[in-house]
Amino acid sequence: MKNKIRLLTGPYLAWALAFIIIPLCMILYYGLTDRTGSFTLDNIMSIATDEHSKALILSVILGAISTVICLILGYPLAAILAHMKSRTGMILFIFILPMWMNFLLRTLAWQTLLEKTGVINTFLKMFGFNTINIINTYKAIILGMVYNFLPFMVLPLYNSLTKIDENVVNAARDLGANKIQTFLKITLPLSVPGIISGITMVFVPALTTFVISTILGGSKILLIGNVIEQQFTQSGNWQLGSGLSIVLMAFIVINMVVTAIFDKNGEGSML
Amino acid sequence: MSVKLIDLQNITKAYGDNTVIDDMSLYIRENEFLTLLGPSGCGKTTTLRIIGGFETPDKGRVMFNGVDITDLPPNKRQLNTVFQKYALFTHMNIEDNIAFGLKIKGKSDKYIRDKIEYALKLVNLQGFGKRMPDSLSGGQQQRIAIARAIVNEPKVLLLDEPLGALDLKLRQDMQYELIRLKNELGITFIYVTHDQEEALTMSDTIVVMNQGYIQQIGTPEDIYNEPENAFVADFIGDSNIIDGIMIQDELVSFLGAKFPCVDTGFGTNKPVDVVIRPEDVILTSPENGVIEGTVTHLIFKGVHYEMEVMAGGYEWLVHSTMMFPIGAKVGINVDPFNIQIMNKPESEDEEAVSVEE
Amino acid sequence: MTRFLKKLYLVLILIFLYAPIATLIVLSFNSSRTRAKWGGFSFKWYVALFSNRDIMQALYNTILIALISSIVATIIGTITCIGMRKMSSFSKSTIIGITNIPMLNADIVTGISLMLLFLSVGIRFGLGTVLLSHITFNIPYVILSVMPRMRSLNISTYEAAQDLGATRLYAFFKVVFPDLMPGILSGFLLAFTMSLDDFIITHFTKGAGIDTLSTKIYTEVKKGIKPEMYALSTIIFIAVLILLLLINRHDDNKGEVNSIITTI
Repeated sequence: MKNKIRLLTGPYLAWALAFIIIPLCMILYYGLTDRTGSFTLDNIMSIATDEHSKALILSVILGAISTVICLILGYPLAAILAHMKSRTGMILFIFILPMWMNFLLRTLAWQTLLEKTGVINTFLKMFGFNTINIINTYKAIILGMVYNFLPFMVLPLYNSLTKIDENVVNAARDLGANKIQTFLKITLPLSVPGIISGITMVFVPALTTFVISTILGGSKILLIGNVIEQQFTQSGNWQLGSGLSIVLMAFIVINMVVTAIFDKNGEGSML
Repeated sequence: MSVKLIDLQNITKAYGDNTVIDDMSLYIRENEFLTLLGPSGCGKTTTLRIIGGFETPDKGRVMFNGVDITDLPPNKRQLNTVFQKYALFTHMNIEDNIAFGLKIKGKSDKYIRDKIEYALKLVNLQGFGKRMPDSLSGGQQQRIAIARAIVNEPKVLLLDEPLGALDLKLRQDMQYELIRLKNELGITFIYVTHDQEEALTMSDTIVVMNQGYIQQIGTPEDIYNEPENAFVADFIGDSNIIDGIMIQDELVSFLGAKFPCVDTGFGTNKPVDVVIRPEDVILTSPENGVIEGTVTHLIFKGVHYEMEVMAGGYEWLVHSTMMFPIGAKVGINVDPFNIQIMNKPESEDEEAVSVEE
Repeated sequence: MTRFLKKLYLVLILIFLYAPIATLIVLSFNSSRTRAKWGGFSFKWYVALFSNRDIMQALYNTILIALISSIVATIIGTITCIGMRKMSSFSKSTIIGITNIPMLNADIVTGISLMLLFLSVGIRFGLGTVLLSHITFNIPYVILSVMPRMRSLNISTYEAAQDLGATRLYAFFKVVFPDLMPGILSGFLLAFTMSLDDFIITHFTKGAGIDTLSTKIYTEVKKGIKPEMYALSTIIFIAVLILLLLINRHDDNKGEVNSIITTI
């Protein structure tokens, strides 16, 4: 009986082997071979070329900036939502609802808002302010990343903040800590799992995006995601694309390990 | 006559439409072990949180040593709290938990070290300083929570159902521990519980609360022996509460028989509640009793037998060291001083009467 | 004062979140074809939408893929959770580890890896490859939704049912299954939405023949978006809004629904 029940995991294990494990091995295989099939490190080393290293460094920088902005914007938001006593469900709902609009269309809408003659500038002009001109710049890409990935930061933060026993915070106040001391010594350390989880959830998609840079960055700004995507859909150089993906995966693995260390109990998880 | 250390004046607190405390006044003397006792939702925890500074009353003032502290934040108050489920800081070890308040106050390292050692000794947990809270049992965590509070030398220690999460045996041990601590520290304890046994064992003064009103204030003996109304009588221990008529001073009639009692001043032929504790019911042979009845239930409880006796149309609860088998005919007697007479509440709402101090 | 600041902050964030949405909705009523100019109020894109066969086909594909992939993922994910109950903690954490890969990995890597697989096996790209890919990234969502339910399941009820004479299968479907149902349902909804909103993985695994709404929008980004898309996205947004409001109102078990809404 015991063994029969365990067999139920069989279909998934087979599926995971075929569609998760083997495909990852394929990336490794293509990334480490040339067109003739012999072993080479050239694909991976090509990250050192000017064009690729520039794209990678830019992706890391823009991803990091976006992650930090998400954290700064998201922490107060999560804290306010977590302390709300009534209608929490409804308010959370309002904050999550925009996610149901198609991701590409939402990003596209920012294009309309940010354009030289776009909505924002029309309003600015109307009130006599200087117009802003950030479309097709790094700033627009960062804005797009923050906009799209902010909920990934807020939700784990919200989850970890609501898990803090109200009396633990009260106890710190009771023992003489003022509000700032209580935040620094109690609330902040206890929400670290949520912070770490939020950082991972935002940094990975920001690092690897090619959609946001395409829509808001014009055609001139290339992120590492754009480079890889082009290798597969335009140049047809799978080996090079795979090699660069391996480099990208190294970053993701580091991220996963850090998360696993800080968030042993899965406290800050999305689900 | 000791001083009023804490004085709650006409406190009212409501959450939305729900009035949790209604115009309550209460004072707590220095060095007193005072217990707020009542069922859940009676307002006892809210009262404690108002004293601790975690809630602000809608109306009324909180005085501490003659000074108004109603709007003072908790970190500025000279009292400390032991919370329900302990509320230890799980990301700090035991030492850091205990040192928390002292570090905030900027005490010297030497002072803090001595205090930690003293506190751990006081709660019998020497050598636990480097452990993390999660690695301790519930009872040990409880002691740490107490240690963390008392190193700050508060004038008053507030305890919010501190033993609620412990099992029975541990709870009884901790009751003695708390009494010992109270005597060693010589400070005021304000204790919240719904467990009447805890309240009776430890307190100097018990405040029985229900539905936001104080029902009775008194010593454990007063509360148990002289409950002022049916709610208190029913909540503290088991009671037989019987409809009766006060015929005249010192004579009451119920279940078709007349009983002499010691109460006076109720007037004549007035409907009253008659309260008799089960251990005060005397069972005897049918011809010697005032009322005759039949034993319907019998359970051996160790120190005594618990019996139910159908007599005069009422099912009496009786605790007795003498056993009468089921079906036995018995007579019931009650000594006059064991009969407690209470005015009937005039309406449903009056069940929760506000009692003036 | 702090209360006011908190409210102000919430409002500012809401403006930030809803500005693009409002823009899209406004654009859907703009009779001018370009985004830059307001040409007056009009329903014409809504009318045009329903006669645009490309968009209708993409919508059909999107819903079909989301439906099939989430149903298959729910079945596989649920039986996997049931099977995992009797496993050693080592095998269990191995499975969870594998499950976490598509969740934590970048979509672009998952997409590429599947593309390489399909290329080397020689499957023709199309609806089939997209379905296989969507099922792959949907199963983890189902497993992670059902697992907590499975863990908190009280096995005595299952034993009690057998004690009262039920067969194992009957006991499972009458006692265990209803307990798992909320988790299964939220897993299904989660998978459905993830599939609906996916662009990157579809982009790499769809081939030339078919389009979902996301991939269609992406190709149009470069050529210029058809205003019918705005009309469609407005309709979808309003429909989702109404649906979620209804669920929220009718469901007593708020936590369940919130966990669905919040995970998306």
